Amino acid sequence: MLRYAFKRLISLMISLAVASVVIFAVIEVAPGDPASFMLGVNAQEDTLAALRAELGLDGSKLERYFNWVSGMLVGDFGTSYTYRTPVSQMIQDRLWVSLPLALYALTLSTLIAFPAGIYAAARRGKPGDLTVMGATQLGIAVPNFWFAMMLVLIFAINLRWFNAGGFAGWDQGFWTGLHSLTLPAVALALPQAAILARVMRSSLLDILGEDFMRTARAKGLSRRQALWRHGVRNALIPVLTIIGLQFSFLLAGSIIIEQVFYLPGLGRLVFQAISARDLIVVESVVMLLVFAVITVNFLVDLAYAAVDPRLRSRT
Amino acid sequence: MTKQTFRSFASVLAVGASLFAGQAWAKSDITIAMQLEPPHLDPTSAAAQAIDSVVYTNIFEGLTRFMGDGSVVPGLAESWEISDDGTVYTFKLHDGVTFHDGSTMDAEDVKFSLDRARAEDSANAQKALFAGIDSVEVVDPLTVKVTLSAPNGNFLFNMAWGDAVIVAPESIENIKTNPVGTGAYTFGDWVQGDSITLNRNPNYWGDQPALETATFKFISDPTAAFAAMMADDVDVFDNFPAPENLPQFEADSRFQVLVGSTEGETILSTNNKKPPFDDIRVRQALAHAIDRQAIIDGAMFGYGTPIGTHFAPHNPAYVDLTGNSAYDPKKAAQLLADAGYADGFETTLHLPPPSYARRGGEIIAAQLAEVGIKAEIINVEWAQWLESVFKGKDFGLTIVSHTEPMDIGIYARPDYYFQYDSSDFQALMELLNETTDPDQRKKLLGDAQRLIATDFVNGYLFQLAKLGVAKAGVQGLWENAPTAAIDLTQISWSE
Repeated sequence: MLRYAFKRLISLMISLAVASVVIFAVIEVAPGDPASFMLGVNAQEDTLAALRAELGLDGSKLERYFNWVSGMLVGDFGTSYTYRTPVSQMIQDRLWVSLPLALYALTLSTLIAFPAGIYAAARRGKPGDLTVMGATQLGIAVPNFWFAMMLVLIFAINLRWFNAGGFAGWDQGFWTGLHSLTLPAVALALPQAAILARVMRSSLLDILGEDFMRTARAKGLSRRQALWRHGVRNALIPVLTIIGLQFSFLLAGSIIIEQVFYLPGLGRLVFQAISARDLIVVESVVMLLVFAVITVNFLVDLAYAAVDPRLRSRT
Repeated sequence: MTKQTFRSFASVLAVGASLFAGQAWAKSDITIAMQLEPPHLDPTSAAAQAIDSVVYTNIFEGLTRFMGDGSVVPGLAESWEISDDGTVYTFKLHDGVTFHDGSTMDAEDVKFSLDRARAEDSANAQKALFAGIDSVEVVDPLTVKVTLSAPNGNFLFNMAWGDAVIVAPESIENIKTNPVGTGAYTFGDWVQGDSITLNRNPNYWGDQPALETATFKFISDPTAAFAAMMADDVDVFDNFPAPENLPQFEADSRFQVLVGSTEGETILSTNNKKPPFDDIRVRQALAHAIDRQAIIDGAMFGYGTPIGTHFAPHNPAYVDLTGNSAYDPKKAAQLLADAGYADGFETTLHLPPPSYARRGGEIIAAQLAEVGIKAEIINVEWAQWLESVFKGKDFGLTIVSHTEPMDIGIYARPDYYFQYDSSDFQALMELLNETTDPDQRKKLLGDAQRLIATDFVNGYLFQLAKLGVAKAGVQGLWENAPTAAIDLTQISWSE
């Protein structure tokens, strides 16, 4: 087990190193000079040079790459070109919005998907199943920003139950904060719930055909009892994998939803930073997200190995 | 919801709304939305207009200042004297002005601010405003003498820019995140990515403004902007990004729509050194191929004033030259044929993100196609635009709104990205700079406008409109935008 963990750790390190090179190269290659973006069209050449020197943009690319990586190793993500505040502080602030939003959306999507998937599987081929499957098809097909706009139209503009956007801040109290994240969380959760419900249903249907399910029925359990005691538990494994993937997606992929609801989250930070050529912020946030995804995968790998001994010997 | 319940629900809402309206007179706070968030809050070291929108006249003040109608009036300088040869300005400062940190604002601070802006390592985005300053001398704590190397009729105007505000050496280090100025509002809080809050300054040297606090919220998405207004999340939207929604606000008595003018001359910028645009006949053909009104209607939903030269129509010195480049595709085709392009030619059309460019570009490309010019549309971000178009001069055509006030002087810079090199125009600008007599200046400005119009340097499209939306009870908002600013000192709620 230790050997396996060690090997996985080495591959994690290599992945991160490669990722850092790719991210740096891709972002630095894109045209656009941060200094001229900030100073606009009337800036004089000497002013631009002064600002570039101030931002540390005058060094060679290689030099800047190593400064960036060595800084990150000790937890220093550098200073934002535009905001002039430490990037680590900015990421921390934004995580307080993005992380709860992702968790909230994930919770909602799970709460919707589990009953829907189980219900559909239990009524396979019947109208109830067809209705749920039709709804999930719709949920997958419709983009989440459209849901977002509809939610705003109904619940913010017409009913006035929620604000159209913005984040109240956790210092206003937990419930106020949660309240302002509700519409975006629902908009994010619906398409995810649709996917998850379908996975839940098909996974459950696979299990229902297994021998041990027949055995459970044969020993006298009702359909429902067999479904809950043996079916759902065994169907959870693929579902949990999907949930893991969805979490990374929700954390990194809510850029559009954060724009629609003007939430100060990580996605919006990246969006603003890209258009302002705040390279250091883009690089650091993307690196952080890569780190999060790779680490989650690493932990999932370890968890699989703990559950399934075959994996340990194979590598 | 049945009709019945909907009706009762609606009436509950209406009662709620009227109760709220009854209390509105007591309101002393305001939430103002803008599309872009300022990168930081130092107006003296960045070009971002969003910085000025938040801080100009609110946190920071200059020697002079702009009013909403574009006039320049005394700011921190109570009065001034100009020497007969027009090179020495002696400013008398207001007495008893303090910075937000309690320190006194005096002539030393003025000297510090001006010297900092024109210093070698200055990061001022408009360093040219200060280029003519030869020396700044402190005469006494309330008197400062600025000597120019040559007379400059624009000097008081230049000193009104947000880039020329007075800052203090004591607080300069953290000015970007904690701005300390002399204005009627102090910096409160900044939730990055979300909002900035300003509070009324009880020690302000001038009249106390009506509003106690103001919150600036940043909403970049046009749909979200509409929703935020409709859901009562914000009271004012400074420059509303979705002109197509304005009729809906106009029809709604809860709102007012303010349509004004900006300093933004929106032009079809043309690379004058790149063939075939180095041929004046080709540029003239471009001008006649463009139907301005169709662009204003199609891209801006009718908001915007046609222009025939690079000058703001609301300026008293403006000359209407739209007739000089009237829409005439037949003439355009003829001119192209004369220039040897009877079958047209291919070029590029770089479009930065704003909708005036993206939407307007589609229409212009279609209009140019009618006379045989095939313009390949290339959508770019601002950073890319600055790099390849503005700096690299690697473009045929581009659409951009030049938002700096009184910027006709850019035509005197042969290395400027559209590369217009005319010794006549350069001489004219030199003469203008030396002229302080208002009538004479007006005449020279008229000549300058005519010269660039008849040289067909660029395609002159329209003056960008300022489209503000506000709740009905808000008063004192600037209708026009002579500079980027949201002057809180004038804003109040009606009773």
